[in-house]
Amino acid sequence: MTDTVLPGAAAGAQNRERVRKSLTRRHRNETLFRWAGILSIAAALGFVAILFGMILSKGLPSFWQSTVHFEAYFDPELIQGGPRPERADFASPADHQQAVNTWQRAVTMSNWNKIVETGLREAAPDFEIESRDLLELVTSAGRFQLRDIYFADPEVLGQTVPVSILASANTDNWLKGTIDRSQPDERQQLAATTRALADQFEENGTISFDFAWHIFTNVDSRSAPATAGLAGAFMGSLYMMIVVIVLAVPIGVASAVYLEEFAPKNRLTDLIEVNINNLAAVPSIVFGLLGAAVFINYFGLPRSAPLVGGLVLTLMTLPTIIIATRAALRAVPPSLRQAALGLGASHNQTVFHHVLPMTYPGVLTATIIGVAQALGETAPLLLIGMSAFIANIPAGPLDSATALPVQIYLWQGNENRNFFEARTSAAIIVLLGLMLLLNAIAIFLRSRLEKRA
Amino acid sequence: MKTALYASAAVIALAAFGTNAAYAQSRNTIQIAGSSTVLPFASIVAEEFANAFPDYNAPNVAGGGSGGGKRQLCEGVGEATLDIANSSSKMSASELESCHANGVTDVREIVFGYDGIVFATGINQGDFALEPVHLYKAIAAQVPVDGELVDNPYTNWSEIDASLPDQGIFVAIPGTNHGTREVFDQRVLEAGCEAAELPEMDEDAMEAACLTPRQDVVVEIAGDYTETLARLQSNPEAVGVFGLSFYDQNRDTLKVATVSGVEPSLDTIAAGDYPVSRPLQFYVKGAHVGVIPGIEDYVAFFLSEQMAGAGGTLEAAGLVPASSEFLAGQLEAFNNAEQYTR
Repeated sequence: MTDTVLPGAAAGAQNRERVRKSLTRRHRNETLFRWAGILSIAAALGFVAILFGMILSKGLPSFWQSTVHFEAYFDPELIQGGPRPERADFASPADHQQAVNTWQRAVTMSNWNKIVETGLREAAPDFEIESRDLLELVTSAGRFQLRDIYFADPEVLGQTVPVSILASANTDNWLKGTIDRSQPDERQQLAATTRALADQFEENGTISFDFAWHIFTNVDSRSAPATAGLAGAFMGSLYMMIVVIVLAVPIGVASAVYLEEFAPKNRLTDLIEVNINNLAAVPSIVFGLLGAAVFINYFGLPRSAPLVGGLVLTLMTLPTIIIATRAALRAVPPSLRQAALGLGASHNQTVFHHVLPMTYPGVLTATIIGVAQALGETAPLLLIGMSAFIANIPAGPLDSATALPVQIYLWQGNENRNFFEARTSAAIIVLLGLMLLLNAIAIFLRSRLEKRA
Repeated sequence: MKTALYASAAVIALAAFGTNAAYAQSRNTIQIAGSSTVLPFASIVAEEFANAFPDYNAPNVAGGGSGGGKRQLCEGVGEATLDIANSSSKMSASELESCHANGVTDVREIVFGYDGIVFATGINQGDFALEPVHLYKAIAAQVPVDGELVDNPYTNWSEIDASLPDQGIFVAIPGTNHGTREVFDQRVLEAGCEAAELPEMDEDAMEAACLTPRQDVVVEIAGDYTETLARLQSNPEAVGVFGLSFYDQNRDTLKVATVSGVEPSLDTIAAGDYPVSRPLQFYVKGAHVGVIPGIEDYVAFFLSEQMAGAGGTLEAAGLVPASSEFLAGQLEAFNNAEQYTR
């Protein structure tokens, strides 16, 4: 029996042999692919780690900024303008406002630098230094900080009050060592005496590194770089995002529902669909050109306004939302529609009571991803004037403003490289933090909505 | 489909109406744009202006280069257009013509100070003692060799002149959108071209021969000075063109070259010794004075002693100040509505 080999069995053995031979090769291919995958993920993670490491190591120190603490004497002989005008002394609110403006201007024109100087000299009584070099130590906005203390509480007149004023950007550079400390005098920004005083102040605790809350509460500043903050850019971005959400979500979802559920399938709707898909791939700068031409030149909307920025970003976000919503609608099982229609619901009721609620997680994710994309968009904003230097916090969407990414671009171009390199990274950290927050909200809401659905 | 069309038309009309109604009140923020050299000075004035005059908004100051600023200024009259264009070069006859063609007939020029153009290298490079002719020979596409115009053969500074360091030629110059470029062309390339003794030719050919930069080792920077600085950092041999105030703030990374034996500084530029300097100015649209609130006060504040004057805030930021009589004269001309002519 053992000699008789059946033809079928021989073929089977051959096949088994072939499989066994190819097995090593196939295993090797699989291992290779696994390793290639692991390597590419490691490379991607490595780049992200390098990027984050660089940004964090550069940016984090600028959240702690050198601050000078001293006692300021609000000298009645130096502060002009007299007492603040009382409302009761004036016939109309307009007259009163006029008088207050005049008073504020007179107070501002007082020699506040002298008050800063006296206070600093008190803190270092034996130190010989020229006035000009001494004032280089603190930010030039120090005088306005003192003035604002006086505005807020005119009672401080004639009193000695402990104050904290930011050190100037150059002092901060010196103390943090961003400018090479071994460089000779002529390559340093500060005079030798100022640097010595800064070191002395740091040692005796007059200068300390405090958390720089003003990065979040101040607007950008050119005349006093140390006080530059993100508040203006943040509000600008916030107004734009509100405009984007208010316009893009209803228009986008409505278009998607109409196209997917109600529109007849013909050449025109096909054309619209192709165009929407193409629109999603249009470079964002093109939307900026469109915004400048249509919203500013034709409709006469103001330049640099978050409203215009929001409108431009809406155009950019719409395709994302429409495409994602249509995909979500298509994923709703037809049985749901059939059941609703079978029980007598109208087409409208079927869509709005049963189909659309199923797509909420998808729509929400699309919205937040779209908004996050819009938040990080820079190029179109440059073309509608949002890259201007703006020293006010915008009070509404029609006021001039910049946006967070544009602020990063502006700080990147600032001529005080030593100070603003770190500030730029700090702004990037804030922007990345916001992005992470938005994505976290998206994930949280999606998981909640999915559970409910 | 028709209903959708009508609906979208209605939505657009509604949006346009709504936004127009919301923007019925007139603009109360001064809009400024232009030269990136003037930008830091104008921004500082804008900020201090808002501090000194609490009843006005701080003006918006955008960059974009001198050319861009003047073009925007000349787009027309009305709230959507610019009020003031910063410029590091004089408005040319053709620019003024385009202004007039668009109805911007009242243009007032205000010169508020001076700025030097400096040539700088990385801190560890050799010392450059440049003459305009050296720069011309390094930058021009065609240079005279033995009385003949040939394609630029130089690859090393020491080939141009034995006194220059043994360093490969790579120069980052401002792009044509910058006012700095115009001054660079006039004061450096044309001057160097004359000294280089080109063979006889007609005027147009001469201008082309003088001003056309070579493409291989000269890069034209369209962005601001930080971009030039980045070039210097990536290519240690590069020589970059900067404004004096930018160099002044980055003395720890840049080494400056002397031109015709003079080192650029506030003093040498103010005295007129340093050859590559130019006035800085801004152009105000006269039709907006009195319409957009604050323009007169902004101009007066800009020209005041505490800002543009000697010892003022702008000098500390690197501006070469003009004399106080000159500034007073500029303010008077502005207040008398004296128009800029070419």
